[in-house]
Amino acid sequence: MHLHKYEKIWLGFGIVSLIVFLSIVGVSAFANNHTPSGGMETIDPKKVNETAPFDKPGVTQLDDDTYQVAIVAMAFGYTAPELKVPVGKEIIFKLTSTDVVHSFTIDNTKVNMMVVPGQITTKSYTFDKPGKYLILCNEYCGSGHHFMFTEIEVY
Amino acid sequence: MIAAQDRKLALWNIAVAYIAFLIGTLMGLLQVFIRNDALNLPSWLDYYQILTAHGVLLALIFTTYFIFGFFITGMSKSLGSFGPKVRLWSWIGFAVTTIGTVLATIMIVSGEASVLYTFYAPLKASGWYYVGLALFVVGTWISSFALVGHYLVWRRLNRGQLSPLFAFMTVTTIIMWIIACLGVVATVLFQYIPWAFGWVDTINVELSRSLFWYFGHPLVYFWLLPAYMAWYVIVPKLIGVKVFSDSLARLAFVLFILFSIPVGFHHQLTEPGISNFWKFLQVVLTFMVIIPSLMTAFSMFANFELAGRKKGGQGLFGWFTKLPWKDVRFTSIFVAMAFFIPGGAGGIINASFQLNEIVHNTLWIVGHFHITVGTPVAMTFMGLTFWLIPYLTGRKFSKVMQKLGFIQIITWTIGMLLMSTSQHILGLLGAPRRTAYSGYNNHPSALEWFDGILTNHVTMAIGGSILFLSAMILIYIVVMSMFLSPKAEREEDFVEFPMAESDKENTPKWLENWWIWIGIAFALIIIAYAIPLTDMIHHAPPGSEGFKTW
Repeated sequence: MHLHKYEKIWLGFGIVSLIVFLSIVGVSAFANNHTPSGGMETIDPKKVNETAPFDKPGVTQLDDDTYQVAIVAMAFGYTAPELKVPVGKEIIFKLTSTDVVHSFTIDNTKVNMMVVPGQITTKSYTFDKPGKYLILCNEYCGSGHHFMFTEIEVY
Repeated sequence: MIAAQDRKLALWNIAVAYIAFLIGTLMGLLQVFIRNDALNLPSWLDYYQILTAHGVLLALIFTTYFIFGFFITGMSKSLGSFGPKVRLWSWIGFAVTTIGTVLATIMIVSGEASVLYTFYAPLKASGWYYVGLALFVVGTWISSFALVGHYLVWRRLNRGQLSPLFAFMTVTTIIMWIIACLGVVATVLFQYIPWAFGWVDTINVELSRSLFWYFGHPLVYFWLLPAYMAWYVIVPKLIGVKVFSDSLARLAFVLFILFSIPVGFHHQLTEPGISNFWKFLQVVLTFMVIIPSLMTAFSMFANFELAGRKKGGQGLFGWFTKLPWKDVRFTSIFVAMAFFIPGGAGGIINASFQLNEIVHNTLWIVGHFHITVGTPVAMTFMGLTFWLIPYLTGRKFSKVMQKLGFIQIITWTIGMLLMSTSQHILGLLGAPRRTAYSGYNNHPSALEWFDGILTNHVTMAIGGSILFLSAMILIYIVVMSMFLSPKAEREEDFVEFPMAESDKENTPKWLENWWIWIGIAFALIIIAYAIPLTDMIHHAPPGSEGFKTW
C-alpha cells in the first residue's frame, strides 16, 4: 500500500495531535479529578423516599468545607426545599429519580447530571460567584418537560 | 442502464425516502414556530409528538431508504443485474421495513409513542411501537443480506479478484450496520417488548440505555459511510480523475467497522452506572475514527488538486477555481464536505469526556447533528438525487432543473448556517434541547439566552423557514424526475451513473478478508463492553416500571 509523502506528514501530524489531545483530557480527568458526573451507587426507585439521603432531601453540612445536596427528580419537578449553599465551598450533589430519566442542570456551571431511576448520580462542584442559578431538566421526560425547573441560591 | 427490475426496486426505496423527507421537514418547520411561541398546536397534537416524528422520519426513515436505493443501484451497476433470489429478498426486506415504519408512525401520530427516537426507558410507549422498530431493523437486515448474497455470487464467479470499490464499500457499511443493530435488537426484543406488553413488570434502565447507544453511535456512521462512498467513488468521476488511492479508500472503510461500534459510552458520559475508566476507554476508541476521517479528507483534496491542475490550474490555489462549480452534482457535495469540517470538530468536542458536561443535551447538540447528518449526509444525498432518479427513470435532467438544484442547495446552506449557528451558541449559553417553548417562568438566565443577534428566536425561525422552502424545491425536483420530466431519447440526454475508475493492482488482498475485520471488531467490542455490561446486569438495582408521562 502506497502512502504519498504529504499524506504521511498529514496523518503523522493528525495522530500526534490526537495523542497530545487525549493525554491532556486523561491527565485532567484522572490526575486533577475533572471527571464528569456519575457514580456507581444504586437505589430501589420505589423506595427513594425512605432511603438516605433522599428521605431528607435538601442541603446538609458535612464538615467545615463540604456540603451535601440531596435531591429527588420526578415528572415534572425536583423535591428540594430551599436550596441555599455558600460560595467557595465544595458542594456534593446527589440525585436520583422516582420515575423516568431526567437531568439536573445548573445554568452557567459545569453541573449537568443525568438522573437515572435506580442509580444515584454524584457531582462535586464549587461555586465561585454568588447569585441565583437556574436549574432545569434537559432530558425529555414527558409533556411537562419544559416546565421542570427550580433555582439554587449561592450566598 | 441497469436492469428494469432493479431500477424499480431502487425507485421504490427512494420514493419512500422522499415521502418521509416531506413529512419530516414539515415537522421541522412546525417546531421552530412552536419554540418561539408563534404557533399553538391543536389539543390533539403536541410538540413532543412532532419532535418524535421529525427525528424518526428524517434521521431513520429518509436516510435508510435512500441508502438502500443508492446501494441497490450501485450494486446492480458495479456487479451486474440481480438474480431472482436477490430481487425477491430485496422486496421482502423493503416490505418488512415499510410495515415497521408504518406501524411506528401510526403509534407516534396517535400519541402512543411520544418517547422521541431514542425511546429511553422507563418512558413506556405502546408495545406496537417497539414491534414497529424491530420490524424496521429486521427489514433492513433482510435487504442487507440480499445485497451481500449478490456480492457473494460475484465473488464466486470472480475468484481471487478484489471486488469493485462500490461493492466493497457497500459490504463494509452493511457489516457495520448488522453488528451495530445487535444492540438495539437485544434491548427491544428482550427488554422493551416483554415489558411494554406487560409480560414482565420492570426494566433494567441503565442496561437498556447502554444497549441503545451501542447501536446509536454506529447508526451515525451508517448515515455517513454512504455519503463517504459518494465522496470516494462518485466525486472523482464528476471532476474527471480516478479514485485517489484504491487501497487507502478500502483501508479507511474497514477502520470504520472497527472504530464506530465500541464507542457508545461517549453518549453517556454524564450518567451514573458506568465507571470513569470505561467511559474514558471508549472516549479513546471514539477518537480513533479521526484517522480514517483524516485519510478521507486528504484523498478528497488531493483529488481536487489533481483535477484542477489537469484542467490547467496554476499556482498554489489556482486549481481550486478550475473545479466544475457549475455542475450541481459536484457543488452540492463540495458544500456537504465543507460543512463536515466544523461538524467533525464539534463531534470531537462532544466526545471529549469532561468537556461533554458543557454541551450535553443542550441545543449545541441539535446544532451539531444538523451540520453532520443534516447537511454533510443530507446534502450529499441531495447531490446524488439530482442524477440518481433521472438515471433510474430514464428522464432528462434539464437546465431548468440544474438551476433549481442550485437554488435548492444554496437555500439549504443559508438556512442551515443560520439555524445551526444559532443552535450552537444557544447551547453554549445553556439552552436545553428537546424542549417546547419555555421561558422558565421568565427566569433572567433563560431570557438572556435568546437576547443575542444570532441567538434570538427569529433567527432560528428564519433559518428553519428557508430550510423548509429548500426542502419543497427538492421535492419538486424529485417529483419531476420521477414522473414528469421528458424522457431522454437522444444519447446525450441520458443521465449517467458517474462511477470513477479505481486502480486496484496494488491493493493488498487481505483488505477484503472480512473475517479479519469482523474478528477485530468483535474483539474490540468485547474489550469495551463485556465488563461494564456484565456489571450492569449483576449489580442492577430493582428495575423500573413503565411511565407514560405525556
